[in-house]
Amino acid sequence: MSTETIDLKTRLITDFHAREAVLNGEASSEFHQKKRAGLARFEQLGFPSIKHEEWKYSNVRDLISVSYDFNAESSIGLAELEDLKVPAQEANILYFVNGRYNAGLSTIISPVEKITISSLAEAYKNDPSKVASFFNELTKDADDAFTALNTAFTQDGVFIHIPDNQSVEHPIILRFVSDAREQNVGSQPRNIISVGKNAHVKLAEAFRTLGDQRSFTNAVTEIHVAEEANVQYYKVQNESENAYHIGTTQVRMLDRSHFYAGTVTLNGKFTRNNLNIVLDGEHCDAHMYGLYFPDGSQHVDNHTVADHQKPNSESNELYKGILRDKSKGVFNGKIFVRPDAQKTNAFQSCKNIVLSPDATMNTKPQLEIFADDVKCSHGTTTGQIDEEALFYMRSRGISRPEAMSLLMFAFCADVVSQIKIDSVREYLENVITRKLASK
Amino acid sequence: MLSINDLRASIEGKEILKGINLEVKPGEVHAIMGPNGSGKSTLASVLAGREEYEVTGGNVVFEGKDLLELAPEERAAEGIFLAFQYPVEIPGVTTINFLKTAVNEIRKYKGEAPLDAAQFLKMVREKAKLVSMNDSLLKRALNEGFSGGEKKRNEVFQMAVLEPRLAILDETDSGLDIDALRIVAEGVNTLRSPERATIVVTHYQRLLDYIVPDYVHVLYKGRIVKSGPKELALELEEKGYDWIKAEVEAVG
Ligand SMILES: Nc1ncnc2c1ncn2[C@@H]1O[C@H](COP(=O)(O)OP(=O)(O)OP(=O)(O)O)[C@@H](O)[C@H]1O
Ligand SMILES: [Mg+2]
Repeated sequence: MSTETIDLKTRLITDFHAREAVLNGEASSEFHQKKRAGLARFEQLGFPSIKHEEWKYSNVRDLISVSYDFNAESSIGLAELEDLKVPAQEANILYFVNGRYNAGLSTIISPVEKITISSLAEAYKNDPSKVASFFNELTKDADDAFTALNTAFTQDGVFIHIPDNQSVEHPIILRFVSDAREQNVGSQPRNIISVGKNAHVKLAEAFRTLGDQRSFTNAVTEIHVAEEANVQYYKVQNESENAYHIGTTQVRMLDRSHFYAGTVTLNGKFTRNNLNIVLDGEHCDAHMYGLYFPDGSQHVDNHTVADHQKPNSESNELYKGILRDKSKGVFNGKIFVRPDAQKTNAFQSCKNIVLSPDATMNTKPQLEIFADDVKCSHGTTTGQIDEEALFYMRSRGISRPEAMSLLMFAFCADVVSQIKIDSVREYLENVITRKLASK
Repeated sequence: MLSINDLRASIEGKEILKGINLEVKPGEVHAIMGPNGSGKSTLASVLAGREEYEVTGGNVVFEGKDLLELAPEERAAEGIFLAFQYPVEIPGVTTINFLKTAVNEIRKYKGEAPLDAAQFLKMVREKAKLVSMNDSLLKRALNEGFSGGEKKRNEVFQMAVLEPRLAILDETDSGLDIDALRIVAEGVNTLRSPERATIVVTHYQRLLDYIVPDYVHVLYKGRIVKSGPKELALELEEKGYDWIKAEVEAVG
């Protein structure tokens, strides 16, 4: 077991040096130096065990017990990806297959002369110093092995730059597809999104796995939210029974900006989402919504951070889960209120319905408050379905399963309704309805 | 239509219904009165199929079927309706969506095709008018934040939509103002027909002024201890329950 652990780590490090050997001049670039630093960090940290405080309930032993092909080719076509239908001309859709941008599948409709929406690899080709300066800026102090690993192996992802006062009329949908039909595949996308002053954008990351082999996605997204910007950011995971997903979204907000995050985990074997928001400005508001539906032996872990560094800002968080069978859920919500952050309002709530005696939910709110004039509240509930409500509905002729799915759908509604990209919300409603009706 | 024979039921090991006998024929209205805690809501709940109650004896036959064998939703589809004493709030489910599901589930049970959106809306509008149910309430989450009176009115509205064979109204009059009481009673009366029956649980004569019962029963300590014509309700209003309690204790 432990030799296997060493194996994947060693294999990755060896792989890094092999790639580095053929880089020639590029090896001395700022970009590569950052990757090197990432590798050193990863080497030092190693994969976390459950002794690590942040990984207490989420064991990655299984995830790292096999190897993955991080360069797998795929000939996937649009026909296989029709589950999430976005009407043409309504969105920018960028496809990443096994971690690499696929221009043939993608459509970019926003005016590229005003707004940069491109793959990271292409953006780097066009403007290496700009991309290098953004790369890993927000995550440079991360104390997380997977983030460091992603930094070391960053190849592709999206690079979005929205200049000041620009609004992106059409949402940007990033579809990450793991083609695991032939072999175990791995991908480590890095997305960099910079939203200028008073700029507006809606974007979604949708993860999907095809095939029964294993997939391992280790994704990192960095989002810069400048003054007065408004960003709606959604992450949708509908992966396979053999999909392992570790993702970090790191956000930095400046004065008077607004940030909305919606994280919905529909399916996947093992999911760990880190959503870290630094409110580095006054009068900002950050909103975090989450929803998860593990069944079978699935595992979903959401770690969130609202880090209030300046006065007069607000964070607001609502996570909800429905757990079935032998599934496990973890919620860890940290709120930091730094000494300067007077008049902070921070609210957090995590509500769960546990439908099976074998399913478990671990919730841990963690408030660290170093200022005195603040309003903070948090609450977690873990319960069963409301029997009174169920009886009321049945007494009107609604069958038990139908009543259950109505109640569960209603339970999810206040999160789903926060998703402001219509095609994504409708997709979620469909998948959730099907999922709730399936048992 | 409904025949209750020596029905006994308990909850958490405590016997609440201690042998109820009641015969309800089509077209009849029965009023059930009795002091607080005597078991009126328990009887109503057992008839509707609430699973927390354990039936420990007796039987109930509804339209020739063994009622106690049926799930709550099957009873509803067979034509039993309970207007709850305390209607439940269900966040996230609108009244209209809830009712549409209910109507179509019952139609499915009967082998009928579901109503389409237009047919359903037309029917709902008519029924809402019947009980002066405000349109805005239909779009809100079921009973969530409804006033006491609005909840009761919603119960009668649902009854009007579902058109049950046997309606059981559990203190539907409590919490209603005078005008609402009249409207609700009119709603109930409009549904009265030779094929339908109603059981009205109430503490007050004033409802029975509008919904005139054929029989009045007094439930006390889990038994029907007295039955009589509509005048019995007037007598109870005047004298209270002490004389009945005394009669019962005297018999032992
Ligand atoms: N879940 C329960 N657990 C224990 N006792 C219960 C439960 N539900 C009802 N009871 C008891 O059963 C008895 C009958 O209650 P019920 O609600 O049927 O009375 P009621 O006649 O409807 O009274 P009211 O006029 O106040 O509505 C009461 O003593 C009540 O406390
Ligand atoms: Mg009662």
